[in-house]
Amino acid sequence: MTSLLRLLTCGSVDDGKSTLIGRLLYDCGAVPADKIEGASEDFSLLADGLEAEREQGITIDVAHLYFASAKRRFILADCPGHEQYTRNMATGASNADLAIVLIDATKGVLTQTRRHSTIAHLLGIKSFVLAINKMDLVGFDQARFEEIVRDYAAFGAAIGIGRVSAVPVCALGGDNVASPSPLMTWYEGPTLLQLLEEAETEGAAAGAPFRMPVQQVLREGGTRFYTGTVASGSLRPGDRVAIAPAGTAAEVARIATMDGDLQEAAAGRSIALTFSSEVDCARGDMIAAADAAPQIADQVEADLIWMAEEPLLPGRQYLLKIGTRTVPATVQEPKYKVGIDTMERLAAKRLALNEIGAAVIQTAVSIAFEPYEASRTLGGFILIDRVSSATVAAGLIRFALRRSENVHEQSLTVTVERRAALMLQRPKLLWFTGLSGAGKSTIANLVEAKLHARGRHTFLLDGDNVRLGLNKDLGFTAADRVENIRRAGEAAKLMMDAGLIVLTAFISPFRAERALVRDMVGPEDFIEIFVDTPLAEAERRDTKGLYKKARAGQLANFTGVDSPYEPPEAPAIRIDTTAVDPEAAADLIVRHLLNAQE
Amino acid sequence: MLFSGGKDSCVMLHLARKAFFPARPPFPLLHVDTGWKFRELYSLRDALAAEAGMELIVHRNPDAEARGINPFDHGAALHTELWKTEGLKQALDAGRFDVAFGGARRDEEMSRAKERVFSVRSASHGWDPKKQRPELWQLFNGRRAPGESLRVFPLSDWTERDVWAYVAAQGLKVASLYFAAERATLVRDGTLLILDDGRIGEQGTIRRVRVRTVGCWPLTGAVESDAETIDEVLAEMARDGTSERSGRLIDKDQPASMERKKRQGYF
Repeated sequence: MTSLLRLLTCGSVDDGKSTLIGRLLYDCGAVPADKIEGASEDFSLLADGLEAEREQGITIDVAHLYFASAKRRFILADCPGHEQYTRNMATGASNADLAIVLIDATKGVLTQTRRHSTIAHLLGIKSFVLAINKMDLVGFDQARFEEIVRDYAAFGAAIGIGRVSAVPVCALGGDNVASPSPLMTWYEGPTLLQLLEEAETEGAAAGAPFRMPVQQVLREGGTRFYTGTVASGSLRPGDRVAIAPAGTAAEVARIATMDGDLQEAAAGRSIALTFSSEVDCARGDMIAAADAAPQIADQVEADLIWMAEEPLLPGRQYLLKIGTRTVPATVQEPKYKVGIDTMERLAAKRLALNEIGAAVIQTAVSIAFEPYEASRTLGGFILIDRVSSATVAAGLIRFALRRSENVHEQSLTVTVERRAALMLQRPKLLWFTGLSGAGKSTIANLVEAKLHARGRHTFLLDGDNVRLGLNKDLGFTAADRVENIRRAGEAAKLMMDAGLIVLTAFISPFRAERALVRDMVGPEDFIEIFVDTPLAEAERRDTKGLYKKARAGQLANFTGVDSPYEPPEAPAIRIDTTAVDPEAAADLIVRHLLNAQE
Repeated sequence: MLFSGGKDSCVMLHLARKAFFPARPPFPLLHVDTGWKFRELYSLRDALAAEAGMELIVHRNPDAEARGINPFDHGAALHTELWKTEGLKQALDAGRFDVAFGGARRDEEMSRAKERVFSVRSASHGWDPKKQRPELWQLFNGRRAPGESLRVFPLSDWTERDVWAYVAAQGLKVASLYFAAERATLVRDGTLLILDDGRIGEQGTIRRVRVRTVGCWPLTGAVESDAETIDEVLAEMARDGTSERSGRLIDKDQPASMERKKRQGYF
């Protein structure tokens, strides 16, 4: 079997990119006879895909094309040079070994050329091939070719691009694409296809230590099998390994496959292994060579490429997927974003669609990884929105933050359980959510009074009161609302640790932050109470006169008016304030809580 | 896992068994039947499912059955829409399956070049090219918003050659229809068909033929060929260079027709 090269094309339709790809496919015989018709006048038709694109004449996504020469097989990721370029190019580049950078000889190195090269470089592509196209329009001039090569080399050296080759081509005529051009005899180097055939691929670094993220644990015939694909290094029966992040030691007994046991499994192999003794190991753990542990941290600095319409909200909880592990994670305010045209670092409060920046990420539990530079497989991650389930960002881990290793949780002698036992109760969090003026504080206040009368130890955290003190520095933007709820959740959690039944009355408009608090205190102790008052009714009551102000434009970012409210999908208790009065509502909640306590 | 007994199906099943070895794959096989598949494929389908020890669900759209929909009287488009597209939706809804594996490859058809490995479908099984998630590295996002389901295509990056190379390397059993033999044939609308049963009451002409893909027999174009082994099949592919799905009549009934079918929920 011949070797495989995965490559990416950078450039735009205007540079003749579709024509070049079409030509490459055609010259490699990858264009079926029933599709050649009409293509010889316009090779770009061969690289076009979706119906909408054909109508608009543009490429809008990543297309994968497959072709082969006598020496090598190729998978080409074609990305657009227009809108969404960053997202699509990063996607295409993530699996590519080589990038073809297409340059129009009449235009030279453009902002776009630099932008595409920067993204490809960031995503870890090591080999670059400059295809300087439309040489026919500059009279097949050698000096022009060399001038462009020099310009690009200067830029490439500045951002750290290593291997660059260059070839003058005319895609339309096929000059130097798959066969040498009779029109550019001054060029004696390889054709574009030869460059692709000879390019080195980045295999897993030789001598890298053994790593395998655990995909699943199977029980068969009383034995546990740990399955996954070897990410780096190799493994033999009898090898000592450690299971990260816990660090548990184990010894490999068998390496099983459907085709029989193996005496050695190297990177790329999918295996099911067994240990010689019983150990704790689950999906998401990483099995690693015992003498070379991977990095383990719960705080890392990473490059982020934002891929969703909705921008990054610092402090919001997302899901981070790395290897086979998915954990809750929050992103701090970006350290900077990259001005992609100038490569300057710019101040940033958030990241919007197609922006690239660097930020500190805090994961809910420690993760095992390698820096992206050392391993794409073990250092690349995606962020997933908890509500829409969409992939919102790609991340590349740079390094672990030392702090996360140096701050250790203190274990205390008097535990939550012991404090709570003394109070004869189980700490709970009653989380009231609803529009401004829905009646949250009123009902929460009544509930607390009733619990107090029954000898329960309680505390009510009221949104307005917290904003007058602890959260005085926060406003009402989406990002500040996220932080407001995070702090309220942390404060509630401390009070629960003290043994108290905590009541909170916050609008808490976003599902994601309510989910964050639920995970923080544990779903079994989190009781979400939806104080359901329709907007029109809350506005009619307008107990604090705020709706009037908001409607008059004197109050920005007001929930329900110009800022969204996401109602709970499955609250533990829903209070319809148009049907139940506050007293009855409070009784209902107290009953629910006391039933749960007994 | 969608399973028809065709060559891509055979590869998928084999890969699934390897991936879950030593356990059995924890999902059933599903065949959306039309009643017009090749007889050899039906028996191969049943034999392979039994060998794997996996449950096989066969679904036939009762509405199409009641109306007697067939490719000869109703045309390829209606036949495919009712039996396959609608039948598939019914079967997925009936099983309340949230994930379905398919053997489609990106190299088969241009609109598939942009398909994701994990493809998100709406509650009504529709495909929105603009809502597809970016897929970086080998990190796939298998989460779904309420009502959404996933179609997963593990063979996305394989080519027809890769499929044959795998069949050869692993010694998989595939249908003999892929290899040349003397078979009863007839020509309909310029396409060479293999007469698989006596339902249309014609005798046909004996020709030495084989197929590259298998669908419903009245919709599967055969080619005259002498290729009797995988090596000969590969050599023939390299020589005559037509695309694999060129024999599939359902791809041609209207412009950009695969794209349209996918938006409606076809695999």
